[in-house]
Amino acid sequence: MIKLNNIQKAYHIGKSEFKVLKGINAHIKEGEFVSIMGSSGSGKSTLLNVLGILDNYDSGEYYLNGTLVKNLSQTQAAHLRNKFLGFVFQSFNLLSFKNAMENVALPLYYQKVSRKERNKLALEYLDKVGLKDWAHHLPSELSGGQKQRVAIARALIGKPKVIFADEPTGALDSTTSLEVMDLFKGINAQGITLVVVTHENDISKMTDRIIRLKDGLIVTEEQETTIINQVILNK
Amino acid sequence: MFNRDNWQEIFETISKNKLRTFLTAFSVAWGIFILVVLSGAGNGLRNGAQSQFGNDAANSIWVDGGNTSMAYNGLKPNREIKLTNEDFSVLKDQIKEIDNASAIYQGHNSKTLSYKKEHAGFLVRPVMPDHQNLECAVILQGRFLNMNDINNYAKVCVMGKPVKEALFKEEDAVGKYIDVAGANYMVIGVFNDPGNNDNNRIYIPLTTAQRAWNGKNYVETMWLSTGSAGIERSEEITKEIRQLMARRHNFNPADIDALGVYNNNVQYARTMGMLDGIKIFVTIIGIFTLIAGIVGVSNIMMIIVKERTKEIGIRKALGATPLSIVSQIILESVFITGAAGYTGLVLGVALIEGMRKIGVNSDFFKDPEIDFGLAIFSTILLVVSGALAGLIPSIRAARIEPVVALRED
Ligand SMILES: Nc1ncnc2c1ncn2[C@@H]1O[C@H](COP(=O)(O)OP(=O)(O)O)[C@@H](O)[C@H]1O
Ligand SMILES: [Mg+2]
Repeated sequence: MIKLNNIQKAYHIGKSEFKVLKGINAHIKEGEFVSIMGSSGSGKSTLLNVLGILDNYDSGEYYLNGTLVKNLSQTQAAHLRNKFLGFVFQSFNLLSFKNAMENVALPLYYQKVSRKERNKLALEYLDKVGLKDWAHHLPSELSGGQKQRVAIARALIGKPKVIFADEPTGALDSTTSLEVMDLFKGINAQGITLVVVTHENDISKMTDRIIRLKDGLIVTEEQETTIINQVILNK
Repeated sequence: MFNRDNWQEIFETISKNKLRTFLTAFSVAWGIFILVVLSGAGNGLRNGAQSQFGNDAANSIWVDGGNTSMAYNGLKPNREIKLTNEDFSVLKDQIKEIDNASAIYQGHNSKTLSYKKEHAGFLVRPVMPDHQNLECAVILQGRFLNMNDINNYAKVCVMGKPVKEALFKEEDAVGKYIDVAGANYMVIGVFNDPGNNDNNRIYIPLTTAQRAWNGKNYVETMWLSTGSAGIERSEEITKEIRQLMARRHNFNPADIDALGVYNNNVQYARTMGMLDGIKIFVTIIGIFTLIAGIVGVSNIMMIIVKERTKEIGIRKALGATPLSIVSQIILESVFITGAAGYTGLVLGVALIEGMRKIGVNSDFFKDPEIDFGLAIFSTILLVVSGALAGLIPSIRAARIEPVVALRED
């Protein structure tokens, strides 16, 4: 589903260049539930944004579902995001002036689904995340966990192949975090590929595979084993 | 592309963001409102000034007899100069530009007019047939005086609408006889004069009055219009008149007390100058109002797009194309500014029409009119500038990577 060949990306601050991704190689198969871990500033979000075509990269190749994602026009990128991808953000990113149902329905607006149809579907998806009764509430009237569930319903409604989540539980307490992860597991069980960025071990433990980032590179398998051993030893 | 669904999304966004909608709408509506009221009031001032002019022939010259103040050719000063029918004929003959000419004898006397049991005091003005054209009076019934009436000393009169109403009420006046200070005159016509106060009078033939009131061939005032002669030529004509009369009556042409010559052209030019001044003033205020409106709308649009960067980022993450982002923002802007411009127009029209209905008319302010062309042009101008002001930042916002827009707060 996702193939990365030597992806590099640098930020330019004034005249100086700051390399964040220094050559990422990775392969995420269809239906996988992967977490990306690493310390703060290691480039997790940068990588996820590249994967989600929310940002571009400098060199390397990124294949999404077999197509090379490089130098796409904004319109092409928009179509790919709309058809293939769903997003869940740490800060929810709901539109404050739209109620839960309208927020969930928004991706379908850009798929030219009729208003009646997309509101009906939005209610179904809200039901799936247990928020049917909150359909007509504004985001400001919802708790953090509820907001994130609305965001998940919104990510799901476009029937994406991959969902990217950047610290989806970062703003939630541990109980709600677990609820969200349960939702993700259910989604993954339906065959949707999931990539979750997190720095919490509890969260990454619930995923099938962990990709560790360090200094802009993916830590190799052996290194990973030693890290895991260290974790076990520390316990 | 712009189906009902697009509009619904746009209405929803507009109605849920009331403050910014209000701010944009207000600055446009206010601008158009001020503009409509201003141009309406400007027209009112113009109409007021124009009606001040009495709607008489604007290019006319008055000639009055006077008293000499200089000795001339052995004649002592303080000699009365009395104009006559011959002077009138000479002037008409000698000055080619004259297209209408009337002479008046004892034109400022009110007399009691009677018909059956009705009596009323009105001005009786003995004049020549051209007087109708000089006053711009409109005949409602019958006819005005003609040369036959003059030549035959006919005892006929033409009366103003209020005179007819006072004496005859609903009854037909034409063909009936009224008593004018003891003599019978047949009514041959009824007129309406658009000028202020020029209706409360009757006109009778000059010659009839000269004979009836023992006026010989004397004329008090001559009134001439000079056709298309411009202001400079009309000033020359006044000099020619003075010279002509000086020769005929033996007075010094430089003796301005001997003969009064008033050139209405000059007065008219002055009034027109004032009207132009008003127009320029109103136009300048209008332009500044429009500029203020354009700046206001543009500012608000730029702030709105900036404010919405995060929203744009979210929409893009969900699959919005740059085109859909730009078209949504522009359509929103066009809709708000268009509707607001229309509202301003309606309110402005309502105010001006209200003033008209209540009758806020005075000597200087009359019948305000609305310049719809101007109002619509201004609305379109504001709509376009709002759209343009939104276009540049929204294209920029639609072009940046979604992650950059999402980072915004
Ligand atoms: N827009 C940017 N401009 C410059 N530097 C950035 C930008 N975004 C992120 N960075 C830097 O890149 C590094 C990686 O950031 P990020 O991918 O957000 O890390 P993580 O999500 O792992 O905490 C950090 O050092 C951060 O300061
Ligand atoms: Mg991050």
